[in-house]
Parts: sequence; C-alpha cells; structure tokens
Amino acid sequence: MSLLDFLVRNQREVLELILEHLFLVFISTGIAVLIGVPLGILLTRRPGLSKPVLGFANVMQTVPSLALFGFLIPLNLYLFHVRLVGGIGARTAIVALVLYSLLPIIRNTFIGINTVDPAIREAGRGMGMTDRQLLFQVELPLALGVIIAGVRVATVICVGTATIAAAIDAGGLGRYIFRGLRMNDNVLILAGAVPAAFIALAADVLLGSLEKAIRAGAGVRRRANKIVGASIAGVAVVAVAGVIFFYPAAGTDRVAVGSKDFTEQIILGELLAQSIEAKPGLKVARRFDLGGTLAHEALVAGEIDIYVEYTGTALLAILKRPLPKDGTEVYSSVKEEYERRFDAVWTEPLGFENTFAILVRGEDARRLGLKTVSDAAKFSAQWRAGFGQDFMSRADGYRGFARTYGFKFQEIREMDLSLTYRALAERQVDLIAGNSTDGLITRYGLVQLQDDRRYFPPYDAVPVVRQALLERHPEIRAVMQDLRGLLSVEEMRRLNYQVDGEQRQARAVVREFLLAKGKLK
Amino acid sequence: MSRHGHVKNLTQMESSKTIEFCHVSYELPDGKILLKDLNLEVSRGETLVLLGRSGSGKTTTMKLINRLLDPTAGEVRVEGRSTLHWDPIRLRRRIGYVIQEVGLFPHLTLEGNVGVVPRLEGWESERIKSRVRELLTLVGLDPERFVSRFPRELSGGQRQRVGVARALAADPPVILLDEPFGALDPITRRDLQQEFRRLQERLRKTMVFVTHDVREAFVLATRIGLVKDGRMVLLGPPSELLESTDPEARAFADCLYEAQPVGSPA
Repeated sequence: MSLLDFLVRNQREVLELILEHLFLVFISTGIAVLIGVPLGILLTRRPGLSKPVLGFANVMQTVPSLALFGFLIPLNLYLFHVRLVGGIGARTAIVALVLYSLLPIIRNTFIGINTVDPAIREAGRGMGMTDRQLLFQVELPLALGVIIAGVRVATVICVGTATIAAAIDAGGLGRYIFRGLRMNDNVLILAGAVPAAFIALAADVLLGSLEKAIRAGAGVRRRANKIVGASIAGVAVVAVAGVIFFYPAAGTDRVAVGSKDFTEQIILGELLAQSIEAKPGLKVARRFDLGGTLAHEALVAGEIDIYVEYTGTALLAILKRPLPKDGTEVYSSVKEEYERRFDAVWTEPLGFENTFAILVRGEDARRLGLKTVSDAAKFSAQWRAGFGQDFMSRADGYRGFARTYGFKFQEIREMDLSLTYRALAERQVDLIAGNSTDGLITRYGLVQLQDDRRYFPPYDAVPVVRQALLERHPEIRAVMQDLRGLLSVEEMRRLNYQVDGEQRQARAVVREFLLAKGKLK
Repeated sequence: MSRHGHVKNLTQMESSKTIEFCHVSYELPDGKILLKDLNLEVSRGETLVLLGRSGSGKTTTMKLINRLLDPTAGEVRVEGRSTLHWDPIRLRRRIGYVIQEVGLFPHLTLEGNVGVVPRLEGWESERIKSRVRELLTLVGLDPERFVSRFPRELSGGQRQRVGVARALAADPPVILLDEPFGALDPITRRDLQQEFRRLQERLRKTMVFVTHDVREAFVLATRIGLVKDGRMVLLGPPSELLESTDPEARAFADCLYEAQPVGSPA
C-alpha cells in the first residue's frame, strides 16, 4: 500500500492526529512564549541572571526526550487542585515541549532587546520615558523581529519533538511513527513523518514571512503589529482552552489500563480492558503505548491502575536484581518486593512467556530430530546464526548463552531482530534468537527449541495492579483470577500475527478471542 | 566661606539662572575623571555652546543636566533645584533632548516620533496631532507630505529637523542639543544652523548646545564654554574666545581662519 493510499484511506484518523499534533505544538509554544519572553526581558534587566538561566535552558535542550518524560512522570506538582506536572498524557508532554522550546525564545528576547541601538534607548530615556515605557514603546517593538525568529525556531523544534509525545499517550503524529517502527512498516512511519514535516515547513514559512514583514518595517509595521497582537491573543486563547480541556476536574471513576509500546502489549492491554469492562459498573480508560519503562513509572505514580509486566523484566530492568534459576522463585520475589516498595500486586500469570526463543526451520528440526537447544549445539560448527543487536549486547544474551550450551558458530550475523525471522526462512542463517511470542514464528513454520539448561530467565506475562485499585474495586481480583492461564504461547503468537501480519485492529482481535474462550457474551 | 554656604548664596542671588553647575565633578567607577570642578550658569533664554575636542567631557556635562548621569561631587541645579531632588522622569520631560540623527525611533512615523513626549504626558490625540503639524511646519517640513513617513525615508537634514521638532514638542523651557548637525554635509549644515538661529530668536528657549565645530559655535552661541580634559578653560561671549591667550582657545580660534587651498601663500 502506498503512502498516498494509506493517507486517503485513513483520512479521518490522519486528520485527528494532525489536529492533536497542532494542538500540542500550539499550546506548548504558546506557554513557552508566555514564560520565555518575560524571562528574556528580566535577563536584560538583571544581566547577572543570564548565565544561569540560559545555561539551564541550554541543558534542557540536550536532555533526551524519553529521559525527560521518565523524570517528569513521577512528579506531583499541584497549584491549588490542578496538577501542573507529572503523570502520563498531554500534560507531561506539554511540560517537556515547553522546556524544549524555551531556549530560543528566551535567548532571542534577550539578544533582541540588548541589540537595540544604545543611542535610541538613550533618546527614549532622555525624553523622560520610564523603564516600562521604554520597554513597551521602544525596546520590544524594535526587538520584535528577533523575538519572532526565536518563536519560529521554537515552533519548528516543537513540531519535531511532539512526535515523541506519543510515547506517553499524548497523541499526535508520533502514534503512526511509533506504530510503524514497531511493526517495521515504512508506510506507517512515513504517514506520521511526512505530515509532521509539512507542519514544520508551514510553520517555518508562516512565521518567517511574519518576521520578514516586521523587519522590513516601514509601511507594513502597523499591520504587522496588529498581526502579532492578534496571533499572541489567539495562541493565548488556545492555550487557556487547552489547559481547561486537559485538566478536567477529577471525579469520573475509571480503571486506567496501561500498556507498553509494542503490539503484544496493546493486545494485552485490550484483553485487560475488555475483561474489566465486561463487569457491570466498571469503566475503563485506555492509556496504551507507553515507551521504555514509562508504564511502570505511570503505575507507581498512580496514572494507570493496571498493565501487564513480565517477571524477568521486572527483576532485571526495574528492580535490578540478579537472576535466580527458578521461574516460580522470580515470580514470588518480584511479587513480594512490588507489594513492599510500590504498593502494587502481581496477580495471576496469563500462561505464556515472552522470552528469547532459539529458533530453527521446521524442516531442520524434523530432519535432525531437534527438540532442545542442547540438541542443536552439536550442529553449530556448520551453522550460521542471526542475532539482533540486543541479544548480542545484553547480560542474559549471547555470551552466556554460547558458554552454557557450548555453541561455536561458523559465522554470526548481527542484524535487526525483525529481519532475522526472514533470514532464517530464506536460509541466509540457520539459527536465530527471536521473541517467543512473535507471530512470524507460526507464519514461517519455525520451531522453538526448549531451553533445557534454563539459561534464559523466565519472562512470564502477569497483570500488575495497584493496591489502591483492588481496595476500590475488590471485584477486579476475580477478573484477574479468571484470566489465569488463558493464553498459551501459540495463542499469543496467533494474536500478534493477526494484528501485525494481517493488519487487524487489536480491539477486534481481542474481542473475537475472548468470545471464543467464552469470557465475553 | 564654606562651600555649602556658597551654594546657598547662589540660589538666592541668581534665581534667573535656569541651569547651574557648582563644583561639579564626575568620576567613573574605575577612577577615571571625566569632569573636574566645573562651574557654570545658563540664564533663561540663553544659548550656551559647549565647545571642545572629542572626549573632552562636553556630552558628560550635558547628561548631568537631564540626570542621565548624577554628579559624583558638587551639585547641578535646574530651575534652582538640585537634579538629585528632581524626579528624573519629570525633569527629563521638562527638557527637550536632541542627539545625532540616530536618536529617532525607526519603528515610528514622524507623527509618532514628534508626538512621543506629548503622548507620555497624556495629551489628547487631537491635540497631539495638531501640535505635530505645527512643529513640522515650524522646522520647515510640509506636514501633509511627512507626517506618516518613517525616519528611514528621510534625508539626513530632514531627520535632524524632526529631531528638533521632537525636542520642542511639549514646549519644554530647556533644550539640550548634542552635536545635532554633526553628521550632515556642510551645505545642509549651514542652512540648518541659520534656520535654527532664527528659530531660537523666536522661541527664546534656554539651550545648551554641544559641538566641536567652532564656526557653529560662533553662529549660535550667546556664550561659549570651552571644555578641555574635563575642565572649563574659558566661559564667555564668542569674542572672548578670539582674544584669549589660552592655547586651547587659540587652537580653536585658528580653525576659524584656516581654509586655504594647499600650496597657496599663507
């Protein structure tokens, strides 16, 4: 499907994402202007502050956006009853975007005012202007072109950075980009990236011509002043509307279901959401697509109530504990520590593991009688292996694996994980380390060898719930018990393939599955 | 007599003095002395020309009058009151200020530029409008053609006329002019000097005029104050400059006569 086909076929959704994107950019640059311009003016009055303030703004620009989100989510800053910072969603995205776009605005305001001809400033003072009159009647009008140039840079930065906001459920064109990256779908990536690039270009051209009109001065000056006044007023109105929109009064009691940002997690999020919705009196808010460890942070911050985590990930990536060898031991130790540290409960395992799967072609497995990883080690000297960068580098990855089983490959090819399945099917390589739940395993008829020496830690999928939710709605516990052991690894692969391979909606796939299992009526 | 007593006496005796400097010094924070023990008075309606080389302290002297600077010693009085006791904003609005052409606001039309002080003073907009037209006519610019132009659309001489009109706008009793004609070609310069002189005879403002051009000083001055290295070396009517034996006065007086082609006999 070409990009144009996709955009036409999904025009409603595309339009919605563009509007979300514009909204984020408008509000963020609007707030950044309201903070940055006064701050820049203050710096011209207190030059001693300019180094620390510009330094801070500079540092903010270099902080990677995901790290900044990770830092902002657990924060709880309230002004009266309005939460200003923290949590997932547009609010935190806007705070981050404001921080990113402050620097050019502060800097250009500061420079714009400071480069006003000193003789003109002195003429103003000599005629008896107060500092305020000098600022509003002389310095700001003369610095306006430079300030607008700063706003222009900030806006363009903001359009680009706002794509990352999709990582914390803030919407915008980043949704397509993230979805496309996850599904290895270039059309989807472009469907997000191309409109974003057009928005950036349009903003650049529009603000650029405004800037030029102001700098040209002379005849258009008055009109330019009116345009600037009107646009500042417009942005302020949108900003206020957005604040009202994004800070609804607390009250509606919904169970916030979260997920990480890959297909399986979205399917599992749907699974939890639909199972909870099936109970009378329970309502759900979906907060899916949280990147990195943001889902965990959102749970701890109380932004989401429940999501599916994997035992091994919790142990290694979140609790940063060494590995014990027994699967049930991992489950019980993370369960115990989560209750103690995070007031969160590990409920019942869903029945499958998402771990590294050592995979060979089905025909090889049958021909050579391969069942376990140890069986395959004998043939490794004649084999080529294909591994993802992740497997080659991580602690529970290749090095320990090869030592444990005594593998010595003829050749190892390091490539993107998503490409290894195809490479195996097309006989480019003979063994790969994939994901045990990947739909492509079924599609290509691959066989997973049993980890008979139990080298890989267990990655059992388990819904994790905030204690507070169980207290509020004890019936959730029964819902989770009902989900126990619901999904085998083969079933998870099939669901993943229906969404990734067949491009179906996760919501519909899950509904069909739950109906088939008799969990929904 | 103590210095303080001397200052008091001056106030009582010479109340017709619009501007007075009593033992005024001005020193930069780094210790560099720009003005040293300066004494002068300017009477109502008089034009005092401060003459001197670049960097001699003329402009500093002028800025002490409208409190762009405060003296580090001594006292500057305007209308009998120490500048330190004036609200600087009120003081400056009573003093017109003309600096070299760069002082016009590039983002305002002539109407905006000339009307600045009346606007700050809160005049009715109709009154400002008619005042701007009156002033443009006074300085020889046709209001119909010029009110809505921007400074960049004017010649140097026209800009300087606007500068003078702007300084006169709120009818201040005192006007300070800092080398207003410095950047003009000699012919325009001469025309403006003549016109300015006629204007001055009509308006009878108290003026302090800074220049390094001795001819200009002779055309405009009631009295000339010759400043050298932050000190007043001579203060008196122009004729005194010609008669003085002071080397700096001689140097400037000589400039009046020397304009011979290269190679011609002296």
